Amino acid sequence: MNRGNIALAVALALLAAFPAAGATFYVELVTKVMILAIFAMSLDLLVGYTGLVSFGHAAFYGIGAYALALSAPRYEPANLWLTLPGAVLLAGLAALAVGSFVVRARGTYFIMVTLAFAQMFHFVFHDTEIGRGSDGISMNFKPVASVAGFAPFDLGKATHLYYFVLATLVAVFAFLRLLLRSPLGRTFQGIKSNEHRMVSLGFPVFRYKLASFTIAGAIGGLAGYLSALQFGFVNPELLSWHQSGNVLLMLILGGLGRLTGGVVGAFAFVALQEAFQSLTDRWQLLFGATIVLLVIFLPGGVAGVADRFRRPPSREPFHV
Amino acid sequence: MSDAILATRALCKRFGGLSAVGDVSLELHRGRLHALLGPNGAGKSTLINLLSGDLPATSGAISYRGRDVTSLRADQRSRIGIGRSYQKTNIFGAFTAFENCRLAAQSRFPRPLHVFSDARAFAPVRQAAERALEAAGLAAAADIVAAELSHGAQRQLEIAMALATGPEVLLLDEPLAGMGADEAGRMVELLKKLGPDHAILLVEHDMDAVFAVAEVITVMVNGQVLESGTPERIRASPAVRQAYLGHDGPLAGETAPAGGRGA
Amino acid sequence: MPLLPAPAAPGGPDPRVDLYSLLIQLLNGVQYGLLLFLVASGLTLIFGIMGIINLAHGSFYMIGAYLAFTLSSLTGSLLAAIALGTLLSVILGIALDWALFSRLYRRDHLQQVLLTYGLILVFEEIRSLVAGNDVHGVQVPPALDASIRLTDTLSYPVYRLFMSGVCLVVAGLMYLLIHRTRVGMMIRAGASNREMVQSLGLDINLVYRLVFALGVALAAFAGMIAAPISSVYPGMGTQVLIICFVVVVIGGIGSVWGALAAALLIGLVDTFGKVLLPQAAGLGVYLLMAVILLRRPEGLFRRT
Repeated sequence: MNRGNIALAVALALLAAFPAAGATFYVELVTKVMILAIFAMSLDLLVGYTGLVSFGHAAFYGIGAYALALSAPRYEPANLWLTLPGAVLLAGLAALAVGSFVVRARGTYFIMVTLAFAQMFHFVFHDTEIGRGSDGISMNFKPVASVAGFAPFDLGKATHLYYFVLATLVAVFAFLRLLLRSPLGRTFQGIKSNEHRMVSLGFPVFRYKLASFTIAGAIGGLAGYLSALQFGFVNPELLSWHQSGNVLLMLILGGLGRLTGGVVGAFAFVALQEAFQSLTDRWQLLFGATIVLLVIFLPGGVAGVADRFRRPPSREPFHV
Repeated sequence: MSDAILATRALCKRFGGLSAVGDVSLELHRGRLHALLGPNGAGKSTLINLLSGDLPATSGAISYRGRDVTSLRADQRSRIGIGRSYQKTNIFGAFTAFENCRLAAQSRFPRPLHVFSDARAFAPVRQAAERALEAAGLAAAADIVAAELSHGAQRQLEIAMALATGPEVLLLDEPLAGMGADEAGRMVELLKKLGPDHAILLVEHDMDAVFAVAEVITVMVNGQVLESGTPERIRASPAVRQAYLGHDGPLAGETAPAGGRGA
Repeated sequence: MPLLPAPAAPGGPDPRVDLYSLLIQLLNGVQYGLLLFLVASGLTLIFGIMGIINLAHGSFYMIGAYLAFTLSSLTGSLLAAIALGTLLSVILGIALDWALFSRLYRRDHLQQVLLTYGLILVFEEIRSLVAGNDVHGVQVPPALDASIRLTDTLSYPVYRLFMSGVCLVVAGLMYLLIHRTRVGMMIRAGASNREMVQSLGLDINLVYRLVFALGVALAAFAGMIAAPISSVYPGMGTQVLIICFVVVVIGGIGSVWGALAAALLIGLVDTFGKVLLPQAAGLGVYLLMAVILLRRPEGLFRRT
């Protein structure tokens, strides 16, 4: 068992044990962070591993959230096992549709068009009847996890929700780790390393980029669904570019191109946000200034600082 | 044209008013190493880019085994069997030499839906990569990160990657660029070894290397073909001597200077 | 005095109304397009020449509008405010480049995007502190506060014509600057080959600083002259930024001509879209972008 795996096991144990030690407020806070971690990891697949910088990832987060809100019946709870896959599928389809346009754009164009398309979705939910407008939608019930009448857990209870989200986080992490060592994942990383050579070697790069975009969007939708699940409420700000910017920020805080970076980044981001919000109402000013300083002085993020103390990289070029 | 693997007919490339390649027709045959010579700016790299699909042609046709491939993209051309190496080293710097070749070989066995299997465990791809490294003489360097390889080893990796895709045609753009005498010698041996099984087009400035391996030489000047033929004929041609060098140079005489290297 | 004589049969419907309505929408579309062009040209110059993608560009537009508001309240004259505000914007641009943007030249796009995103947050909060979150109006200068009467019911504001005119003049000046002066030559040279410019003994950093200041001033100036028409409100920076991105994507990064063509196209599509299909008006621009992406992902014009 190598160092990395030991660290992961320890982190998992800590997360699993946490509810026993913490008050409900903190359990809910860490649940929120774990949901953001899933969101960040989904974007890391696209940005950190395929090299496509998207500034519109919040669109799929929002679509996953609205999928629950819009499919939840008014007078009874929705079924988790139906609505969750439905939301993931819907977000994935939206990502496939958007991707088929935006993946044609290279470099800077890509950043701009992803932002523009996300704004389009924001417009749809904010200014049209589809999303019931800028007030958002409240859900009367939390979804139930029942199969043939039997519900193994109650998502209304904070600890049950916590463990459900934790299980999902572990599942997503494991899925992405497997994906990244599969032929598909290796192709993504090849594209990030040298897209031109990948084309020259015979890879139909457009399809692979679209695949990465779609998978990232689907998992982003999963995170959005969980967010709607936790808060019982959705509004168009879930698709705002602040949300897209924040998730990119999480990646730069935690370190790009390592899956744990998404998790670390989500914790760091929420910690910063909570700290600044408790200091002043004008926390966005502190936040913005921190981002500026971070980019100038610490572009490798928290993990980048840690790297300076680590021994030289091993021969193995892929890390999670 | 009948048994040519890769052939061009009246191939042209214009950039605005500038004609970089004009009316080039040539053929590549399996087992016959074809070298492309010419002064800088003659259009040699442009021609390779046209053949590999990195640049679209302005006019003319390219055919592969009789089938017109002029409108195919670069990745499509690679998949039908046209491989190339680049003059400016174009590898995956962060990956090991082995992974560079493995990824190249994976292009033939994409298996994108095998989401849960370890790509490195798939034997056909692994073996193709090992063979390519072996052929290029890099078996010992397999686990070294590509960015840390010596320049000569990186040039070998360039070719190994192209080999790992199992091509019929090899378009080699200055494989000896920047190499010292020993490394160049090894590369020449590699080219001789590859010659019989592939249709190779070699762009090179190193005269010794070219005359050691080429069976057919085409000389280009200003984007046009000046002359094409056996090495002896090219060596003896006054037009080539005049246009290429303007005076008697290494092409003059029957023997090249010992240990000397061309322009 | 109406521009066209009255119809022969008074008391019936006036057929000139339709024609003039069309003309008004056309003028509005062109005016909006020209304004967008001003902002977008700054964005595309900064990217095309310095290689920096700047999300905060919309904030400069907003800063311009708020400068127009505060300075015109102080001085009592919008035109004086615009003159002073433009000068301040140039100084702001120089300061920002010196402090921050000069560090971004060699950084990758993700870092540029994040840093400029942080800047947006900072600018928004500063604006909120200084000028609050309310919507403010700015008076049209009395000299320009007139309308050209087209029919009994329709007239067109002179100020909008003034805006279009000013945008055209600025566009013309920019063309002269970039294509007919030595400074412009240095700018164009710097776009294609940074090292070459440096080896010629020209200070590339100075060139970049000028270009950046010009970009900031263009955006701010646009915000200033637009203030009487569009009002001054918190979200205006974001709104214009997104549209400018669409302009640049459609027109091609680094191409000023492309920005002009695309901006006019978008101005017209957006204006007529709002008239013809009010519910889906906001989507017209995105649909246009999607169509262009399918056919010409590099934009309508390549980099000049």
